[in-house]
Amino acid sequence: MTVAVLIEGLTVEFGRFRALNDLSLAIDYGEVRGVVGPNGAGKTTLLDVISGVSRAKAGRVLFDETMELTRASEAEIARSGVRRKFQKPSVFEALTVRDNVAIGLGAKPAPDGPEKVARMLETVGLAGDADRLAGELAHGQKQWLEIAMVVVAEPKVLMLDEPVAGLTDEETERTAALVKALRSPGRAIIVVEHDMDFVERISDRVTVLHEGRTLFEGSMARARADAAVVDVYLGR
Amino acid sequence: MSAAIAPKRSLLARAADDRMVVAVALALVATAAVVAGGGLSGYRVNTIGQLACFALLALALDLIWGYAGILSLGHGLFFAIGGYVVGMHLLERSVAETGVTPDIVQFMGWKALPGWWGPLESFPVALLAAMGVSFAVAFVFGWASFRSRVSGVYFAIITQALVYVAMLLMFRNDTGFGGNNGMTGFQVVFGVPIQDPAVTKGLALASVLVLLAALVACRLLMIGRFGRLLVATRDDEVRLRSLGYETLRLKLKVWCLSAVLAALAGLLYVPQVGIINPRVLSPELSIEIAVWCAIGGRGRLAGAIIGAVLVNAVKFALSASLPELWPFVLAALVVVVALIFPNGLLDLGKWKPTLLSRSRALEARDATP
Repeated sequence: MTVAVLIEGLTVEFGRFRALNDLSLAIDYGEVRGVVGPNGAGKTTLLDVISGVSRAKAGRVLFDETMELTRASEAEIARSGVRRKFQKPSVFEALTVRDNVAIGLGAKPAPDGPEKVARMLETVGLAGDADRLAGELAHGQKQWLEIAMVVVAEPKVLMLDEPVAGLTDEETERTAALVKALRSPGRAIIVVEHDMDFVERISDRVTVLHEGRTLFEGSMARARADAAVVDVYLGR
Repeated sequence: MSAAIAPKRSLLARAADDRMVVAVALALVATAAVVAGGGLSGYRVNTIGQLACFALLALALDLIWGYAGILSLGHGLFFAIGGYVVGMHLLERSVAETGVTPDIVQFMGWKALPGWWGPLESFPVALLAAMGVSFAVAFVFGWASFRSRVSGVYFAIITQALVYVAMLLMFRNDTGFGGNNGMTGFQVVFGVPIQDPAVTKGLALASVLVLLAALVACRLLMIGRFGRLLVATRDDEVRLRSLGYETLRLKLKVWCLSAVLAALAGLLYVPQVGIINPRVLSPELSIEIAVWCAIGGRGRLAGAIIGAVLVNAVKFALSASLPELWPFVLAALVVVVALIFPNGLLDLGKWKPTLLSRSRALEARDATP
């Protein structure tokens, strides 16, 4: 199994605050990795660095064992096959649902683009809303639309930042099924989420971050039993 | 709202915009026909020509503000570039054809027009120069700003500073473009004396037709993929970048296109008023362009044209009788439109009963005091 994302000695600072502190982490192709931890642990910062939104002070992020992401632009990273759903649903509200997904195909869409978009809309259950403006959608639908926008380009690394925040139980259920369906041998999926049951259902392994470092790595069941994890995050 | 009617809303809104663009385009065709017909007084024809130039300027601003979300408060700069270049062209032609020494030569203390103006005697060269210089200035300024990710109000302030700097520069005699007096005393346009009614008519007609062509071309561009990507940039630029798009390039393209259109507007405007001076670079004029767009309705092209024509028509009428009232009228107009039609006067169309959906009715009710 090859490593999809290899992070070595990654440090990110915002002024005097150290969001990530000499973090090292390896995420394999084929796995779904849950990243959990208390607020301020560095979860979103980690995704920001991988996707090129934030810059690292030290360390490196290697994609596909060849491409150094800390020096690439956001657009280059996205084009190489690393895509990310943001924490706050980020869709283009003044465009139709269909246009949103079509834009997700990238700057040079293949000729079978329209079919891919149609299939993607079926997958996330938005086919009936294809001609509505994205701004008219409900919160949960926006979450799915954004997932559709990033998944339609068939990314090799898929990052989901709080995909079930603010969703109902039923919507969370459907999202879990969707993430499981997206799991494939040629893709690594990284999920940042506070909903522990959701993380347990979808993840192969979890990484618990605390103060910018890895506190624990392994199965969710073992994380729940780990004294340090319980202490800083899960509570008694 | 029931799911059955929901999908139609966005299509309806788009169809309404299309109808407005078609209506404005037809109105422009009709205006061109009336101007060509020759029933109007020279004053009326000249007014129509000037209004068309302002409308083209507003259209240029709407491309970047309404679609890409980039507010420029310095578009007078590009308008002035077109104006100054055509001014130089007209002076060269006047000297070549009448032999009369223009005033600018005397008050600048020259013996003749500067030698490097020579090539501008050819209109195609002047046209290319106006478009080329406005493009180059826009490219350098846009590249530097967008690359540093300057956006929103900061970008607007910088554009305002830019136009102000340009104004101060052009007020100096040493800059070499006539200083405070600018350029005037044009004698001929395409070989015809400038007082000839045919010149007035030809310029007005050209302005209306260029505006029409620009409206149609911009509309086609904006409903296509490029326009949708601009709207995406406006809605969430970070999202678009992290889908693999170089938003810098998108913004730079539309910014330069807008600058060239503004320069064309200036190029058509100056022969019709017979003068170009640094006052077109005043920050107030550049702010006013944004006001025209806001009053008509942003991001719909037709709105910019309606706003520019409406505001300037009122301005022309008032400046003849009560010029001191104008600032108050403009301010009142802005406040009224902002309160009742936050998206511009084009929202008047939404009040048609056929377009009323439940949420629109609520919007209308909420918006009316």
